[in-house]
Amino acid sequence: MTTAPEAPGTDQVGSPRLRKEDARLITGQTNWTDNIQQTGMLHVAFLRSPHAHARITSVDTSAARQQPGVVAAFSGADFAGEQGSLPCAWPVTEDMALPEHPPMAVDEVRYVGEAVACVVARDSYAAADALEAIDIEYEPLPAVVDMEAALAEGSPLVHEGSGQGQGSNKAFVWPFTAGDVDSAFEGADVVLTRRYHQQRLIPAAMEPRSVVCRPDGDAFTLWSATQIPHILRLMLAMTTGIPEHKIRVIAPDVGGGFGSKLQVTAEEVLALLLARRLRKPVKWTETRTEGFQTTHHGRDQIQDVSIAADADGRIRGLKVDLLADMGAYMMLVTPGVPVLGAFMFPGIYKMDAYSFSCTGVFTTKMPTDAYRGAGRPEATYAIERIVTELADEIGMDPVELRRRNWITHEEFPHTGVAGLTYDSGNYEAATDRAMELFGYDDLRAEQRRRRESGDPVQLGIGVSTYTEMCGLAPSRVLGQLSYGAGGWENASVRMLPTGKVEVVTGSSAHGQGHVTAWSQIVADKLGVPFEDVEVLHGDTRVSPKGMDTYGSRSLVVGGTAVVEACDRVLEKARKLAAHMMEADEDDLEFTDGRFTVRGTQSPATSVQEVALAAFAAHDLPEGAEASLDADATFDPENFSFPHGTHLCAVEVDTETGEVRLRAYTAVDDVGTVVNPLIVDGQVHGGLAQGIAQALYEEAVHDADGNLVTSTLADYLVPTAADLPDFTTDRTVTPSTTNPLGAKGVGEAGTIASTPAVVGAIVDALRPFGVQDLRMPCTPQRVWRAIADAREAARSEGGQR
Amino acid sequence: MPHIRVTVDGVSYDDQVEARRLLVHYLREQLGKVGTPVGCDTTNCGACTVLMDGRSVKSCSVLACQADGHDITTVEGLSSDGDLHPMQRAFHENHALQCGYCTPGMMIAALDLLRDNPDPSDDEIREGLEGNMCRCTGYVNIVRAVRDAAAVLRAQAAAPGSEPRAGVPPQVTPDQEPARQTASGGAAS
Repeated sequence: MTTAPEAPGTDQVGSPRLRKEDARLITGQTNWTDNIQQTGMLHVAFLRSPHAHARITSVDTSAARQQPGVVAAFSGADFAGEQGSLPCAWPVTEDMALPEHPPMAVDEVRYVGEAVACVVARDSYAAADALEAIDIEYEPLPAVVDMEAALAEGSPLVHEGSGQGQGSNKAFVWPFTAGDVDSAFEGADVVLTRRYHQQRLIPAAMEPRSVVCRPDGDAFTLWSATQIPHILRLMLAMTTGIPEHKIRVIAPDVGGGFGSKLQVTAEEVLALLLARRLRKPVKWTETRTEGFQTTHHGRDQIQDVSIAADADGRIRGLKVDLLADMGAYMMLVTPGVPVLGAFMFPGIYKMDAYSFSCTGVFTTKMPTDAYRGAGRPEATYAIERIVTELADEIGMDPVELRRRNWITHEEFPHTGVAGLTYDSGNYEAATDRAMELFGYDDLRAEQRRRRESGDPVQLGIGVSTYTEMCGLAPSRVLGQLSYGAGGWENASVRMLPTGKVEVVTGSSAHGQGHVTAWSQIVADKLGVPFEDVEVLHGDTRVSPKGMDTYGSRSLVVGGTAVVEACDRVLEKARKLAAHMMEADEDDLEFTDGRFTVRGTQSPATSVQEVALAAFAAHDLPEGAEASLDADATFDPENFSFPHGTHLCAVEVDTETGEVRLRAYTAVDDVGTVVNPLIVDGQVHGGLAQGIAQALYEEAVHDADGNLVTSTLADYLVPTAADLPDFTTDRTVTPSTTNPLGAKGVGEAGTIASTPAVVGAIVDALRPFGVQDLRMPCTPQRVWRAIADAREAARSEGGQR
Repeated sequence: MPHIRVTVDGVSYDDQVEARRLLVHYLREQLGKVGTPVGCDTTNCGACTVLMDGRSVKSCSVLACQADGHDITTVEGLSSDGDLHPMQRAFHENHALQCGYCTPGMMIAALDLLRDNPDPSDDEIREGLEGNMCRCTGYVNIVRAVRDAAAVLRAQAAAPGSEPRAGVPPQVTPDQEPARQTASGGAAS
């Protein structure tokens, strides 16, 4: 077993440092985008389509312009010449349909909430009021809400003539095959086929989206509640034609993202164009309902999954056929999300053959895009659910079936059927620890007792042994997958004359605690106090190079860039220290921030003294610069692969359908841990979101394409009262793909937990013959599943 | 326009406000009290929670003119003389916040909860905070923070000569009449 202490030989890395970020956040000294005020700032409100699909026949903004406090009002046509088309950076196939996506609709609207006009006024109330005065006429067109109906012959088209092969709502087909799938299935003792539905979800970060843009001569400063200031700047330049060096993007305090702020939005583009047109600073902040309608959604797939196995449980092959709902347009990585999942359906299991196909489908709904996990939760759900069903089919404990198929710890590095090379892992260790903490055997015994006694409250146990690919991403691989950018990250480390340190990172934190974690890394590397490190991020002028924060990449890729920049600073410092100490570089030792000459008692020189000497530059060695700073860009050679074992126990009231989470144990292996407090927090929050998909959340549209769940009263983000305490622990198998040994933790909890919870509910209801449940598993659905199963059993009995 | 007199974090204000202006917009836009954020407009998320005369209200659903004559405490008024309130300290020490957007409302709601129940169980904390959403933490560390803050506040209340801090609700037992705050001798009536 490779489990190691969390902080071998270090002070800061591995210690539960309290966060530097908190001091401002707990005292209200915050800088959310909506807090920003500028002299003369105007407020923007958007009029949005009430139709899922309609032709715009006329827009008249003249009456709105007469309203008190209104400075301007515009239709999409007013910006048709300059607004361009919102970008999609991931055309997954060469023939993928990529329809025009104007930030403000000009001729046609394709989802409820699409912006059609806007008002700019002196305050937000006046802007909202004046929307009423805009006169728009629509000619309604048929809504296309259901993916399968959208693909049927004769379906109304979301985009006339722009689907794959024209005249279709099929956006692309992305296939992948490895091994001989036919023979894997033909020779199998057991073949199971299941259809799983990934309901549509709303990321629902607590901070609504907001953007402020200020013209500065021929340049612009744009503040946005975004995860991706660097990508946003590039895309704003490419979309509007405003030169990149004339745009500065700042992500100030950002209140959560979960993928929803990994986007280039209509409102950001229009804020820039309005600031340019009006020569005034403008602000737009969404309301919650506006956000639910128009901030991208997540998941929304239909998964047809087949698994083939021998009678002893050995998995032979897997077939996956997906329908993925794109919504009405391709946004930044809309089509890439299911493709990102393509490689993860085999999970941690060895098998001979695997085939995957994904069909992207246009519907008249808000586009989908990245939501915490992005492709990987969908894959993990499918494989973990069907492996559990396979265990039931052959009468084996679901943990035992997994043991028979997973990659053992001696087999790493291991290249799996989908072609990914998993660098490290220890599934046995994580599973053993989880079962011990959970009390697996005792809970199974209680389950038997309840079954035997016919207890109306049945107990179920769910198992999820997941892995995920993190540390997005090797640029070479992203290129092979047709993604429009690379996956590197940049950092620079500057020692100031007084010995304090500024760290500039291209990662853009929005709650993850980068300032604290990066400080810990730098304190250890340079031997300086934790408090002496300042971390700067989220402003393209301060941190000019970056690929931002998503895909559990920040520590793995961005943290490694920080490590490498520190190494370069130390290389410079060593040269200067050797000169100062009149010693040979090779004779210097560096520990705890001090250079000493090996084997002598001569006084040490601190790195801070070296920094001052570099600044003074009175006596530098030949060729040395008068600075102690360095820049590094890290591009990983491989992904990292966190894994873990999650066990969930639920009590299901078979009379009411109510599900109670009785216990949840998560043992994750995220590699080397920099800050256990932060890692635990990421796991807790991830679990809450994954459990929410299993039990509570679903974005529901009616047949006309209206979002029914358009407030927090209808879309059930769980509260403290809806969730239990969690038991969490870790095993530590360092990643070998980066010098930190980190694997990423931002998405693990979300990816792992959904199948554990649904698996537990199905497990509780197995005696009734229930094999599956649609998510979210509401009391009504659970009760209905029991009633249907009882009915089926009765009618079967009657026929005999 | 209606004329209101209101005390916010110990400072008295005398202002004209639009009759329809929400308290949270008055705080943020007219007073610059941007520490209190807006997370929804339907009272579901609780991010905008403030204390009005010591009881929690969701300031997105109170009109500014309804605050006339009342005493408001926001997150910006919790600490005094640079000392963190025990609730703030507990949130920091338990890593009970990540992005921090829900934190002001969560801490304020927790204070009101402890006013009614100074020694709540974990389940009582969870039930008591169900009007406040957090999307980052899964609530585990929030529950721990509130439990820790409760212990500190109980100890403070039990200490001889203890006095309530300005702007912050005193700890009272449920059967006591809640004491009114007159933070700075301002407009609380």
